[in-house]
Amino acid sequence: MIEIKNLTKKFGRLTALDHVNLQLNKGECIALIGPNGCGKTTLIKSILGMVLPEKGDIIFKGKNIKQDIAYKHQIGYMPQIGRYPENMKIGQVIDLIKNIRNSQEATDTTLYEQYFLDAMLDKKMRTLSGGTTQKVSATLAFMFRPEVLILDEPTAGLDPVAAEILKAKINEAKNSGSLILITSHLLSELEDMVTQVIFMQEGKLIFHKSVTELKSDTGKSTIAKSIVHLLKSEEV
Amino acid sequence: MRILKYVVLDILKNKIVIVYAIMLALFSWSAFSLEDNATKGLLTVLNIILLTVPLVSVLFATIYVYNSNEFIELLVSHPVKRSVIWKALFFGMSLSMVVSFIVGVGIPLLIFADTGTALMMIVSGSLLSVIFVAVAFLSGILSRDKAKGIGVSIMLWLYFALLFDGLVLFLFFQFADYPIEKPVVLLSALSPIDLCRILILLRMNISAMMGHTGAIFKDIFGSNLGIILSFMLLALWVIVPFLISLIKFRKKDL
Repeated sequence: MIEIKNLTKKFGRLTALDHVNLQLNKGECIALIGPNGCGKTTLIKSILGMVLPEKGDIIFKGKNIKQDIAYKHQIGYMPQIGRYPENMKIGQVIDLIKNIRNSQEATDTTLYEQYFLDAMLDKKMRTLSGGTTQKVSATLAFMFRPEVLILDEPTAGLDPVAAEILKAKINEAKNSGSLILITSHLLSELEDMVTQVIFMQEGKLIFHKSVTELKSDTGKSTIAKSIVHLLKSEEV
Repeated sequence: MRILKYVVLDILKNKIVIVYAIMLALFSWSAFSLEDNATKGLLTVLNIILLTVPLVSVLFATIYVYNSNEFIELLVSHPVKRSVIWKALFFGMSLSMVVSFIVGVGIPLLIFADTGTALMMIVSGSLLSVIFVAVAFLSGILSRDKAKGIGVSIMLWLYFALLFDGLVLFLFFQFADYPIEKPVVLLSALSPIDLCRILILLRMNISAMMGHTGAIFKDIFGSNLGIILSFMLLALWVIVPFLISLIKFRKKDL
């Protein structure tokens, strides 16, 4: 569904992405793992067109994303740190996005209801806690039933109840055939969700494997243990 | 243009624009009612147009560009073209500044001054507002650092409002023995503020006070062709900075 070819991005002397090639398919739930500053967020932002890479192409459903921005209709994005116009109220932000998306389908309001956002519509974004901001981000990401979900540290900052609600929602989206790209440092949390793992280091793609393959290669029972094993053995 | 609506509402909520309009109105009304003749009042208003309006436009617009970072980031991850976002911000900002200017200065001008001069001043002031909004968008995109961007904006204003005049005057005295009136005229066209000043002064028929140079100014800028050319130059001052900023914005990493 998404094909990434030879993607390279430099920030000054720092190489954030170094000739990354990836093939992301429908129905997969892919964990994007790697140490801080390894280029995960840059990769995600490149797919979203927020960061413009120097070299390489991203092909979304056979179309180069440089040519047409319509592909963003099919993406729901939840940023690591949601930054919203400070003076806007929650209700206004949601209205604005609904307006822009202009979607004919009925919106998905399960998260909106489960997070009780309707009781806070008049709160300004500036006054929200980090967790509440994340709830707004999550609601917006799932609202338009996108075929691709890009979640950057989705559960960081959420309380356990809210995190459980979100995980249930992610699983539901996975079962309905969406492609889900998720980054997280809480490897144990990813355990029961993901089907594939992408491991990056210093802007380079180290491997892209299915979970079963990863476990059998390292002989460990969980993703967390496999990754730690790989990092320690330095075979990567 | 749904985004434009949000931008304008957001700027209005800021209240600075409203305060700006009220301040302008206070100054112009008092200028006209305190001075004993209308021409003196007109000169006070002229100074407001040439100094205050560009300063407020450039400062407020620069700060607004930086404060819109979150708004821009939010929209870019959704199906909105980058150029649409930038244009909406620019038109929203320009519209707000021009409307405040017309409400604040335009109304008293139309009441107290003769219509021709009033219209010339309103058009020049509106153009100056938009020009300095465009300049602000350019300096806002050139630097990621807010303090630096605002600094650049203030420097540009200082340059156009004060330093440029000094420079022209300096050249004028240095080469006073040569016939440099024509080069000076050309030079003045390089600063939007000076261009507006000349246009308005000529309209007010006080160019006679400027001696020989005034006569040459009148020759060049007084004709219809001169006025059209001047307005085209002013339009360029809007288009060029804005287009450069638009190109930069389309390539910016967020």
